[in-house]
Amino acid sequence: MIPAPFDYKRASSAAEAISLVSEYGEDAKFLAGGHSLLPLMKLRLAQPAVLIDIARIEDLSYIRDAGNHIAIGALTRHMDVEKSPILAEHAPLLSFAASHVGDPQVRHRGTIGGSIAHADSASDLPATTLALGATYVVQGPNGTREIAAADFYLGFLESALAPDEMLTEIRVPKMNGATWGFQKFNRRAQDWAIVGVAAWKRGTESGVGLVNMGSVPVLATSVANAIAGGASIGDAAKLAGAEAEPQSDLNASAQYRVHLAEVLVRRALESTSH
Amino acid sequence: MGGSILGNRVLRKEDPKFLTTGGVYVDDLLSEPALVGALHVTYVRSTVAHGNITAIDTSDAASMPGIVVVLTGKDLGLEPVPSAFNPAATRTLLAIEKVRYVGEPIVAIVSNTREQGEDAIDAVIIDYDVLPALIDLEEAMASSTLLYEACGSNVVFDSMVLGLPDNTGDAYFADCEVVVKGRYLNQRVAPCPLEVRGAAAAWGKDGRLTEWLSTQHAQGAVAPLAAANGVDPSMVHVKTPDVGGGFGAKIGAYPEELLLGVIAKRVGKPVRWRETRSESMVGLGHGRAQLQYVTIGGKRDGTVTHYQLWAIQDSGGWVDMGTILAPFMTRPMSSGVYAIPNIECRTTSVVTNTTPTVAYRGAGRPEATAAIERAMDMFALEIGIDAVEVRRKNLIPKFMTPHTTVVGQTYDVGDYETSLNKVLDAADYKGWRAKQKAARDSRAAKQIGIGVSVYVEITGGVGNGESAKVEVLDNGHALIYTGTSPHGQGHATSWAMLANEQTGIPIENIELVWGDTDLVPIGTGTMGSRSLQQGGNAVFAVAAELVNKAKSVAARLLEASEEDIVLDKDSASFHVAGTPAVAKTWADLAMAEKQSGGLVHSDVINVSGATFPFGAHVAVVEVDVETGKVTHIAHTACDDAGKVLNPMLLEGQIHGGVAQGVAQALLEEVCYDPDGNPITSNLADYAFISAAELPSVTVVHMETPTPINLIGAKGIGESGTIGSTPAVQSAVIDAVSQFGVKHIDMPTTAEKVWAAIQSAR
Repeated sequence: MIPAPFDYKRASSAAEAISLVSEYGEDAKFLAGGHSLLPLMKLRLAQPAVLIDIARIEDLSYIRDAGNHIAIGALTRHMDVEKSPILAEHAPLLSFAASHVGDPQVRHRGTIGGSIAHADSASDLPATTLALGATYVVQGPNGTREIAAADFYLGFLESALAPDEMLTEIRVPKMNGATWGFQKFNRRAQDWAIVGVAAWKRGTESGVGLVNMGSVPVLATSVANAIAGGASIGDAAKLAGAEAEPQSDLNASAQYRVHLAEVLVRRALESTSH
Repeated sequence: MGGSILGNRVLRKEDPKFLTTGGVYVDDLLSEPALVGALHVTYVRSTVAHGNITAIDTSDAASMPGIVVVLTGKDLGLEPVPSAFNPAATRTLLAIEKVRYVGEPIVAIVSNTREQGEDAIDAVIIDYDVLPALIDLEEAMASSTLLYEACGSNVVFDSMVLGLPDNTGDAYFADCEVVVKGRYLNQRVAPCPLEVRGAAAAWGKDGRLTEWLSTQHAQGAVAPLAAANGVDPSMVHVKTPDVGGGFGAKIGAYPEELLLGVIAKRVGKPVRWRETRSESMVGLGHGRAQLQYVTIGGKRDGTVTHYQLWAIQDSGGWVDMGTILAPFMTRPMSSGVYAIPNIECRTTSVVTNTTPTVAYRGAGRPEATAAIERAMDMFALEIGIDAVEVRRKNLIPKFMTPHTTVVGQTYDVGDYETSLNKVLDAADYKGWRAKQKAARDSRAAKQIGIGVSVYVEITGGVGNGESAKVEVLDNGHALIYTGTSPHGQGHATSWAMLANEQTGIPIENIELVWGDTDLVPIGTGTMGSRSLQQGGNAVFAVAAELVNKAKSVAARLLEASEEDIVLDKDSASFHVAGTPAVAKTWADLAMAEKQSGGLVHSDVINVSGATFPFGAHVAVVEVDVETGKVTHIAHTACDDAGKVLNPMLLEGQIHGGVAQGVAQALLEEVCYDPDGNPITSNLADYAFISAAELPSVTVVHMETPTPINLIGAKGIGESGTIGSTPAVQSAVIDAVSQFGVKHIDMPTTAEKVWAAIQSAR
């Protein structure tokens, strides 16, 4: 419950943060809201030598209408994602999912960029942005590049971010009137999902993201393909486990997780929320 | 004259402090002069469940920054200490030869700061010869691998050693029309007080040890501290700062606490220790952990004639208090509220490679209640009669003189059917049954389950009485010294109410002293719901005696006969009957007595036995049959604790008790992997319940006073826990019994419920 010793640096701009991380290399970790990293450090599962505090970089906290998509600064807190009128209008699925992250204290500290960069398959926002077809903007020593959410998650807590890169923006396509549902199945209100589902549907177009159904957030493409091919929601939902490789753990067996995914995908797609 | 303060919703005196500046816990004793410059102790704990220690290398750790010394059990010359409950089992307070559970302390690191001690843990290298880990109770019982070779078996206590007979098996039920069997796991849970364990120790120039301890029983810690430190008990002074909860797990003193004086002496400085939450989850004793083989038999009309229970208690890796709860708490309460003519109950306690078990809110009685209530439900299901009617048919009829069950336990007073009727009415039992039927008929995904429990428990069974001292100061304010030990219950308010009732001194002018063994040398602490009926009773009696003493002083000052002196409680002053204008206040009397020892009275007030609070709970749950997810949607509790001193404190105890009881039914379980590694050692993995998982609890009041004490009060601290668990478990099973499910072990997690439906269908 007490972290190992570490050095602390504070960056006042993205450029400074990248310069610091270039200097300290793999021993360094960015500290944003701290709600994924600090618990790991307290359990000594993570022991970075240097923490680069990026939480005070003010120009990375924003939610803007950028035409076809909504641009969200990486340091935007979950509570701001939850309460944003712009997101309520154009990407309500993301706002709703953000309202289910942890508890109010967590949501006031944790950031959307921190959650995505941490790349935990059990977190709500990676799978939700994946379902929405989001693009992540990352900045490195040689400038910025865009990574599709579908290409971002590589393995357990592992992403396409290079060690000297920082996630700066999340671009979420406008939902344009799609119906959507978010299902979080957990033991207690503040827990991580045992299984979670973020899904939207507009005619035969759809996107389904699965939380905690493997080492990475899962895009359930078989479900979307079935719906595109005219299958009923009930039939399509039975394919929820096709791309998943869920683990068995304290909270659920792999078999039960697949069953839950099928039920929850059906419920999420049947939801008539706009 | 105003009415009695007793029975009123008096706001808690202690809350302004707790809600503003906060309590002062062991860790907050920063300005305590005797602890200035205290070093920090950090314990290195076993990472294997069962093994022989082959080598300990502390040299790297000793050379790390800020490390003063690193001490093993050998360095401290520790000798084996026998268990109080089976002396053949011995251990050293730091493991020297053998470790028996993950988390057992092995090495003490002494450092300048707490963080330095934590950093040095990984540098202590301990080699083990790993032995097979015995996690499963029945496997441990049968195994030839022994945790304590000197015990000759992993069974460390059996009710048969008390001269009680073994169970006779199936032959017992030969005459029964209906026989139902069950195997129930009353799973292991973690008490999780908000304040984890902590202590500090300092030796005075007079050679006395002062130990500040987060405990439920300071006086009880004196003897083990004296023994561990090799001094006479008179040389030990225990002080209790504010304590953030205990739930039974802080009754006894732990090795980490007992050793602080030894370490302080070794380093020549005071020391302090505070465990982390992760340590607490493996180091603080666990509760429950009882496997039950149950058979119930009787007639098709619902009459239960035979009941047989074999309770196999998991002691964990040390023969601690958990060992004796089954024989001395579960067994006596095995009959519950029922007049069952034939009962057999054997208990067997077994050591395993897990955290030792201790008392936890209810301590043996919840297990007894869960077993009989579950058995009643299964019996009712088998004969197809409503479980409430089966209960009603077998209840012990109302009794106002003592009733003795066939297992030999005498209950003081009881009116079980009234509590059942009250709770059924308040919960709208019939209405819920109608809603349940509608949900079943419509085959909705969300089905409703209703569970009912009726229980009786033992409170105030620990100790034969309690000490109390009431002293009036020069300013007319009073100090109450009590041998009980508040850690959340509200003693400061309750004891002030009792003293006010006798003396008229306003409760805001009454302060409470507790948990300091120099100031209160005699005390049995707070446990087993004993405080009010023993400690409060003593305060009530002693305050009454002090009023008599005060009257004699007033008679002297007013030059009147003692019989003519009256106490006007409204003005808290004494006068001669008929002449209230000439009065003496408590301050006047205290000043008058100043030269002759003060206006004070103290005594130990005995009580003649335990009391047996009872009640009934109705739980309603909604079960999503597609996923197995349970939502607890309504809970009604009728808990009869006799005469109620403060209904607000009573309701608080019921709310908290219900929360912990529901947590066991739905969520909480301490789990180990097959190698004995704990996998629930933080509050993310361990499903500690939160308000979001609980309905608002409806409390139904009922008062059947006990003749055992002056107040007529019984205990309420554990009732909510005892009544709620079986009601909720029963409700979950009731929701899915339509699919053929007969039993689901606790915690009734979504996956278990779902799997039960799948296998029954």
